[in-house]
Amino acid sequence: MNKNIILYAAILIFGVAAPFVFPAFKVQLSILCILIILAITWNVQGGEMGYNTFGNILFYGLGMYLCASVQVGMFFPLAEWTEGGGEKTFVHTPAQFFQGFAVGLAVAAVVPAIVAGLIGYSILGLRGHYFAICTLGLGVAAGEISGGIEIIGAGQGFTTPPFPKVGSLEARGEFFYFCSFAVLVFTFLAVKAIYSTRFKLVLNAIRDNEDKAEAMGIQTMKYKIIGWMISAFFCGLAGGIMGGLVGYIDSTDVAFDGREMGVFMVLMAILGGKGTLWGPVIGATVFHIFKEGFWTFFLGWQYVALGVLIVVIVIYFPEGIMGWLREKYPERFGEVVDEADRKAQVQLK
Amino acid sequence: MDFLIFQVPMLTVQAVLDGLLLGILFALIAYGMALQWGVMNIINIAQGDLVILGGYIAYFMYLYGIHPAWGVIVSPIIMYFVGVVIYKLVINKVVDRDLFISILATFGISILFMQLMNFAFGADVVLANSGYGTTMLFDNSVTLPNSKIFSAFISIVFAIGLVIYMKKSKLGRAIRATAQNARAAKILGVDTEKVYAATFGINAALCGVAGALISITFTIHPYMGLPYTIRSFMIVIVAGLGNLPGVAMSGMGLGVFEEFADYILGTEFRIGSVFLLLVLILVYRRFKLSKKREYLK
Repeated sequence: MNKNIILYAAILIFGVAAPFVFPAFKVQLSILCILIILAITWNVQGGEMGYNTFGNILFYGLGMYLCASVQVGMFFPLAEWTEGGGEKTFVHTPAQFFQGFAVGLAVAAVVPAIVAGLIGYSILGLRGHYFAICTLGLGVAAGEISGGIEIIGAGQGFTTPPFPKVGSLEARGEFFYFCSFAVLVFTFLAVKAIYSTRFKLVLNAIRDNEDKAEAMGIQTMKYKIIGWMISAFFCGLAGGIMGGLVGYIDSTDVAFDGREMGVFMVLMAILGGKGTLWGPVIGATVFHIFKEGFWTFFLGWQYVALGVLIVVIVIYFPEGIMGWLREKYPERFGEVVDEADRKAQVQLK
Repeated sequence: MDFLIFQVPMLTVQAVLDGLLLGILFALIAYGMALQWGVMNIINIAQGDLVILGGYIAYFMYLYGIHPAWGVIVSPIIMYFVGVVIYKLVINKVVDRDLFISILATFGISILFMQLMNFAFGADVVLANSGYGTTMLFDNSVTLPNSKIFSAFISIVFAIGLVIYMKKSKLGRAIRATAQNARAAKILGVDTEKVYAATFGINAALCGVAGALISITFTIHPYMGLPYTIRSFMIVIVAGLGNLPGVAMSGMGLGVFEEFADYILGTEFRIGSVFLLLVLILVYRRFKLSKKREYLK
């Protein structure tokens, strides 16, 4: 326990100090926070509940559009803004910007959760690969449809409000970094709290054998919907911040980007280890470092690398880093290991 | 609301004919998907990318002065080997595993193919011009490109040929035996590994034919693969595995649906409506099955 507190304190101090120690990497660090949030939320759904989804990108994109629309729509006519050049005609004062952003984030978190609750009953009745393909369809359909809606910019995209100057201080990078870091801490603590309750056990029961869980008297559908809503809540938050950070929302390339973010969140969670608390965090960090290195040095080949990476991870490394560590050092994970038994098993092999 | 399609009745005929001819092509792709799904229990997300790759083979023949219709012969031969190589490298490691693993692995292949095709052929929308001209029907109010008729005809020929091949040939029988019970087939001396490789190869070859036809009749683009995967998946789940007339019917139904969606909702919602239809079909089936306390599995 003592060790854990030191660890958390170290991470917290590093997180707070990071943008000042590495000022050139502020945007990268913010994106890392977003990626970790997405991996954690995917893990609630895919790792703990066993419902492997490609569709959490739906909530991410929804949150992104909602946050930006609310931020603009609270003060200016949205249609005129998106028609082109709106951000040049209308200028947010700092107060308006932050107020709009806060309200936008709240909406971006709550509405996707409600959407997840509404469609949950229909979609979560599907199982296994039908669920995976159905959510894949949802994500792509959302991208295609939002690309045809005029008021949010249709195909030409949506420019989010530019960050205002407070006096002479230009702190865009710091602001978005601390936003995403705060949300990351909030997400991690919330998920950690959830994982220490009976709720997690129910989710694991659903993953292991849903029919038996139902036979034991658990209302699986209720828990599945709540699980998905939790996932959607944090996904929407992450999307809202990411929209402000990128500064430009396009339907298929930024918001409902199933080919990048949608796959990344699955990949990060699997790389780190499905069904663990720390797995997604480690997976996302490793993935982001690898990705940035590769993206920079092999520009243009990133999707080739991504494709190969997916195949390699899925085939040769499905247990992830945490799974590998667990196999290597089972004592650290609180498993009682009988040395003689372990050796005997090795001999049997 | 003034939908053009309700004001000009001939457009309805046009949409139906276009849809039917398009649907036959979809059915051919879906047939390949049903084959590998039934035999190997694999859902191949890269299906659509194999189609596009097949299309680029025909397009390249067109660029070098060969008539693209020959792509219908050349493309499946090349694609067969591409399919076998993919099987040897990736698919044989995921055959017996969880279905989600195969979905994710083929998703990776799909992304890889997309980008490689983007490098090799560029990001332009291309079309291999067959120069077949068009047929005019009903006082020139319905135009029907001959290439569409040609492609529907070729698709039917290939589908029938494959059905006969599966019924009569030794490999076809081995494939059907493996689909019924892989273990029993193995005991009785069927080399299931070879059968799986051949199945995936045949699937890729079918995609090659379909792709060559698509490059003649429509357009191809490196990133256009995923909608074809989703369409074939949808056709298979509507028709059920191993139901060939059903595949043909639901393929044509989907084609007609798409043409109508195109006219009524507008072209920008065409792909979106396909994906939404998939979700609706799955949800419909889920509620229908849940009355019997069953679920899609």
